[in-house]
Amino acid sequence: MSDSLVRIGLVLPDVLGTYSDAGNATVLRKRLEWRGIDAATIPIRLRDAVPSSLDIYLLGGGEDDAQALAASRLREANGVQRAAARGAVVLGVCAGLQVLGESFVTADGTRHAGLGLLDADTRPGARRAVGEVTANCALFDEALTGFENHQGVTTVGDGSRSLGTVVRGTGNGDGSEGAVTGHVLATYLHGPVLARNPALADVLLEWTLGTELSRLDVPEVVDLRRKLLRCKV
Amino acid sequence: MVSQLAPAQRTGPPLPLRTRVAITAGRFAAAASRWTRRGSGGVIGGRTAGWLDPGALRRLGEHRTVVLVTGTNGKTTTSLMLNRLLTELGAVAANDDGANMPDGILGALIAKPHAAYAVLEVDENYVPAVAAQVRPAYLVLLNLSRDQLDRVGEVRATERELRAAISRLPGTTVVANCDDPLVTSAARASANPLWVSAGQHWHDDAGACARCGQAIERRGTEWHCVCGLTRPMPVWTLSGNTLAATDGTAIPLDLRLPGRANAANAAIAIATAAGLGVAPGLAANRLREITDVAGRYRRVPVHGRAVRVLLAKNPAGWQETFPLLAGDVPVIIAVNSREADGRDTSWLWDVPFEQLRGRHVIAAGERADDVAVRLVYAEVEHSVHRDPVVAVRRCGPGPVELVANYTAFRDVTRRLGDE
Repeated sequence: MSDSLVRIGLVLPDVLGTYSDAGNATVLRKRLEWRGIDAATIPIRLRDAVPSSLDIYLLGGGEDDAQALAASRLREANGVQRAAARGAVVLGVCAGLQVLGESFVTADGTRHAGLGLLDADTRPGARRAVGEVTANCALFDEALTGFENHQGVTTVGDGSRSLGTVVRGTGNGDGSEGAVTGHVLATYLHGPVLARNPALADVLLEWTLGTELSRLDVPEVVDLRRKLLRCKV
Repeated sequence: MVSQLAPAQRTGPPLPLRTRVAITAGRFAAAASRWTRRGSGGVIGGRTAGWLDPGALRRLGEHRTVVLVTGTNGKTTTSLMLNRLLTELGAVAANDDGANMPDGILGALIAKPHAAYAVLEVDENYVPAVAAQVRPAYLVLLNLSRDQLDRVGEVRATERELRAAISRLPGTTVVANCDDPLVTSAARASANPLWVSAGQHWHDDAGACARCGQAIERRGTEWHCVCGLTRPMPVWTLSGNTLAATDGTAIPLDLRLPGRANAANAAIAIATAAGLGVAPGLAANRLREITDVAGRYRRVPVHGRAVRVLLAKNPAGWQETFPLLAGDVPVIIAVNSREADGRDTSWLWDVPFEQLRGRHVIAAGERADDVAVRLVYAEVEHSVHRDPVVAVRRCGPGPVELVANYTAFRDVTRRLGDE
C-alpha cells in the first residue's frame, strides 16, 4: 500500500457483474471506513486499462462467453497478474475463480487459458449446482455461507490449497470449496460472499494492510448468519 | 390508423369434441377451485384441460387474434393495458391473474373459448413453448434484465431462446423496445418487427453484445456494436409524456399510473393496439382510466395508515421504483426467496439502497435479515419486522410505501384486502 487510501479494483463489472458480486466492494470499503481507513472503489471496465497499482482486485461471476472475454482481456492486459506478483489481494468468485485458475472449459467444449494465479482447472460438470452452501473454512474457525450457481467442477492442484471443505452444497465438486495461493483467494460463493462472511472480508483486509484489525461485529450480520447456518433456507 | 373490421367472436370451424370436453372439464375444475377458495382456478383448469386434450393450447389459439406479452418487468401491467384496448374491438381472453406459465395460459383460453382476442402474459422462458402452439399475431417484447438467476438462468440464454423462437414465427409481428439491446437482438430475428423507443434505464445487463460478447457503444439514445448489431429506427418514440409515431401522430399519455416504466408499458401497448386497429388517441383515453394494476399503486387504508404496495422483484424494477417513493414517507422493504422469487438474495446488492438514507426504513419478509444487512452497508437506518403487516402497524399514521418482491407482494395484498 503506497498511501493511506485503500484502492479496491472492481474488475470488469460490465462482464463479470451478473451475480451481484460488486457488493463485495461495498462490504470491504465500509469495513475499512468504519475503522477510520479511507477506501475507494475503482471500476475497471472492458475498455479501460487494467492498472497494476491497486491494493485489492475483485472478480465476480459471469456467463460463459462473458467469462471467456474477461479471461482474454485480463491475460492480455496483465495488470492483475503484475499486482498479484507484488502481493496485492485478489478475490475471485465463481467465473472469477475459474478465470484466476490455469484453465477452464466452457459449455461449448472450448478450453480457455486462465490467468494462472491459482493452481486450479475447471471443466463443466454433469449438472448445474444451484443452492445454499455451507463450508468449513481452512483460514479461520467460522463456517462459510453462500449461494452457488454454476456448472463448473474445479480441481485444485498442489500449487494452491482449497479454501474449505463443503458441509452442504457442491463447491468445487469434490468436497472442497474454493482455492487460495498467497493473497489470491477464490470461491464459488455468492451472497455476496463477504456480506455473509465478515471474517473472510477481514482476512482480505488484514492481508492488504499487513496488520491485525480490531473486531467489528455487525448485529444484523450475526442474526443473518445464525439463521442461514441453522436452518435450511 | 384505419380501423380493421374485426369479428367480436372467434371464427373458424367448431372445436373438436375432445377440445370441447377438455374445456368443460377444465372450467369445472377451475370453478371447483374457486368454490373451495383455493385460488382463481386458472392454473388447475388449464392443467385439467391440457391433460384431456394435449392439443388444446394449439386449437384454442387458432382462428383468433392472440397477443403474447413477455419481458422481465411490466408484463402484467402491459397485458392489462392491452386487454383494455382490445376490448374496443371484441371479447378478450386474458390471464389477468398473472398465471403466466402454460397451464395458466390454457386456463385463460378455456375460460373464454370464443373470444376473438387473447392477451396472454407469458413468462419469458415459456415463450418458445407457448408461441409454437398458439402462433400469436403479435408478440410484445418489453425488456430483458437479470431476474431470478437461480431459477430461470442467465438473461443472455433467455435472449438466445427467444431469438430462436421468434425466427420460427414468420407470421408474427414482434413489438419490441429498440432501446434495449438484448430485446433488439431477439426481435431482429423477426420478419415483422415493430420498433418502439420506450427507453431503458437499466444498462447493466446489456454491456456486452448478445450476438458477439463485445462491448455495446452508447451515444445518447443511439447504441451499436462493432459486430453490426445497431439500434433500429423506431416507428414509435416515447419522449417524456408524449408518444409520437413516424406518421405524425403525437399524443400525450397523461397516465394516472406513476413512473416512466408505466409510460413505457403504455407506449408499447398503444403501438401494438394501433397495429390491430385501435386508434392511438382512443387508446390513450382508455389507459388513463387505469388507476391500479392487481393491487399495485393504489393506497389502501390499514389501521389509519395509507399503504401503497409496489412490486419490485429485481434491480431493474427497483430502479423504476425509487423515483415513485413519496418524500419523507416510511418505506417497508419485504423480500421473500421462495421458488417463484428466486432463492438467491444476492440481487439486493445491485440495488442502490443508499438512496433511502435519511428515511425510516423497515426490513420485512422471510428474508428480512438479508435486507437488513444490505441496509447496514448502505448506511440506512432501519428496523426489522419479519411480518410486513406488523411492519405497517409500527409506522406512524399517514402514508406508508410497501415495496415487495413477488410472493411477498402477493401475500401482502391478499392480507391487506382481508384487514
